[in-house]
Amino acid sequence: MTFSDRPRKRWISLYVENDVGVLAKISGLFSGKSYNLLSLTVGETEDPTVSRMTISLVGDDKTFEQVKKQLNRSVEVIKVLDFTDLAIHKKEILFIKLHSLRRDEMEDVFRSASVFGVAVSDYDKNSLLLESVKTESENDEVLRYYKKYFLSRMEAVRGGSVAIESLSLSDR
Amino acid sequence: MKIKGTRLFVKALVAEGVDTLFAYPGGMAIDLFDALYGEEDFRVVLPRHEQGLIHAADGYARATGKTGVCLVTSGPGATNLVTGIATANYDSVPLVCFTGQVPTNLIGNDAFQEVDIVGICRNICKYAVTVRRREDLGRIIKEAFYIARTGKPGPVLVDLPKDVQNALGPDEYPAEVAIRGYKPSTGVHMGQLKKAAAMLEGARRPLFLLGGGVLVAGAGKAMTALAERLGVPVVTTIMGKGALPADHPLYIGNMGMHGNVASNTAVSECDLLFSIGTRFNDRITGKIEEFAKGAKIVHIDIDAASISRNIVVDVPIVADAKEAIEKLAEIALPPKHAEGWAERLRALKAQTPLAMERTGDLCPQDVMEAIDAAFPEAVFTTDVGQNQMWATQFLQLKGESRLLTSGGLGTMGYGLPAAIGAGLGRPDLPVVCIAGDGGFQMNEQELATAVCEELPVTIVILNNSYLGNVRQWQEMFYGGRYSCTCLRKRRSCGPWCSSPSAKCPPYVPDFIKLAASYGIEGIRVTERGQLADAFARAKSNTKAPTLIECIIDREADILPMVPGGNALSDMITEYKKEGK
Repeated sequence: MTFSDRPRKRWISLYVENDVGVLAKISGLFSGKSYNLLSLTVGETEDPTVSRMTISLVGDDKTFEQVKKQLNRSVEVIKVLDFTDLAIHKKEILFIKLHSLRRDEMEDVFRSASVFGVAVSDYDKNSLLLESVKTESENDEVLRYYKKYFLSRMEAVRGGSVAIESLSLSDR
Repeated sequence: MKIKGTRLFVKALVAEGVDTLFAYPGGMAIDLFDALYGEEDFRVVLPRHEQGLIHAADGYARATGKTGVCLVTSGPGATNLVTGIATANYDSVPLVCFTGQVPTNLIGNDAFQEVDIVGICRNICKYAVTVRRREDLGRIIKEAFYIARTGKPGPVLVDLPKDVQNALGPDEYPAEVAIRGYKPSTGVHMGQLKKAAAMLEGARRPLFLLGGGVLVAGAGKAMTALAERLGVPVVTTIMGKGALPADHPLYIGNMGMHGNVASNTAVSECDLLFSIGTRFNDRITGKIEEFAKGAKIVHIDIDAASISRNIVVDVPIVADAKEAIEKLAEIALPPKHAEGWAERLRALKAQTPLAMERTGDLCPQDVMEAIDAAFPEAVFTTDVGQNQMWATQFLQLKGESRLLTSGGLGTMGYGLPAAIGAGLGRPDLPVVCIAGDGGFQMNEQELATAVCEELPVTIVILNNSYLGNVRQWQEMFYGGRYSCTCLRKRRSCGPWCSSPSAKCPPYVPDFIKLAASYGIEGIRVTERGQLADAFARAKSNTKAPTLIECIIDREADILPMVPGGNALSDMITEYKKEGK
């Protein structure tokens, strides 16, 4: 086996028991073993007894192998899927609330939002709520843009990525 | 028929074939204890502290191969298990630990003796779960036993809220388990095994490295037969010691931090390291980059996560050690080009024997040799520190002998309670506990348990009045600054003392008087000539423990030693004491 020492970004999709304490177990495994967790999202699946987590992390090959093995040996984990080099769809939700805007700024934001493909999901006289469902890196760009102009008048919250495998060619 | 949870609990233990339950009552476990009252299907043992309790269950499990079972109350009862759970987890010991818990409607309210024990233990056990509904109780207990003993064994914690204990529910205890997230590996990848066998056949300097996994799998005899047929020499980790009898001509010794010269040399010089059931931790490898540098490495382990974690291996094989060894025996042929290798190691072992200076009245090697002479076949337990290293260096472990030691976590206070558990599980074998004066005091209250269970455990305390292992490090690497390691030191000594003298204050406690207070025989041995008699006396006490205190040279060291981070070939084999 040859391992690369180069750390890179990895994606894992994890099927786990939908039980109390499972999230704590998985996140505790990352902190306890000093694995570098970037984001973790979790939610119920089509089967209410199963939850699915999307985890992104940065690590070299050896560490990442160990992460997958450690996840696999947890009783609460049903299945570990390595999405790193697969064709996947992944999206993250980002909300940005802008306030104390002048009228011309409001108009600018509407225009920019439409260019970026970001929805304006709420507004009043001088504030706006933007809703951006994009990849993490695209959301990084969106956030960077609005921070440039409105840093002192904004509030941002992001949800972390969820990912699912693309349809395989044979399914099409 | 509907029965209370407490009744189903007892029924489950009977169905699991539990013959010994280690249990300490309390408010949130009192209903379970009520159900146990007058129980005749198994023995209920009452240790004197929950830490002693779980080490006893651990010793029982290691000595018998069965699952150790604990029952304690909530809060402090549960937290006192924590060190024992981590100890068992690190050494792959199957335990099921039941903890009482406050009723479900009080969880989270900071109720009296409430603690989130599942949260505390999540990362130090194989599985931890709270039973929230009475109807899940039977299934969860069944799963707990299954998870604990299968795959890589380990401790499982089952938290039982008081209302679940008392609720009425189904009386069935399931016969089968189906856990979708837990499928222990079975079988051996024959392709990989054939590759490993071919490497063995072609190797010039092949070496078996055996860890605790070989003993956990009960593969000692199969391994001995295989090594004999192939003529391949064997080294062990301290957890693997006993896989081959120590006097076997193919056995070179323990390797690692306190391994012997021949074993560490063998690992450094071999061209094929065929390792089974070891996790290659830092005490085993020394400096990773230098470890078995010229060798191809085969690694068989039941736990995929143990493979290629610390050491990158050439042929990984995920399998139970016994199954793999038996399958390997069917296909492996003796190495074709290894002539002279085993003989060379044997000769090196003869030239560089483990040998302590015998200038004083009593040295640890004298004690170990006397123990071996008196107890050719026994279960030995150790504490942690120098006593443990001397035991693992010198004991011969013949026949059915087993060595129980906290190898991974290194838990002081393990020895005495583990010996009690071993004695309960293996009444057919003598049990000898080897402890230091420091570690013994961490669980000395368990003398009462040994007395009450009428166990003829022989307790050997090597008393050097120091926390000797740390003292040795302070001597070798910290300029002799004996910081907080002298157990005779009193306030009036002042802060600077760094060497023992005739003026040192007397030792407390007086272990002989302590033994007397428990109504057992205590014998103080100060010179080697007294050892044989002391052990003969101990053997004549067939219904009670015997405490033998051996006053050893205060500053004896464990040698050889590979200082932390050094390569295995970089050993300290002699240490000249300055001005002494």
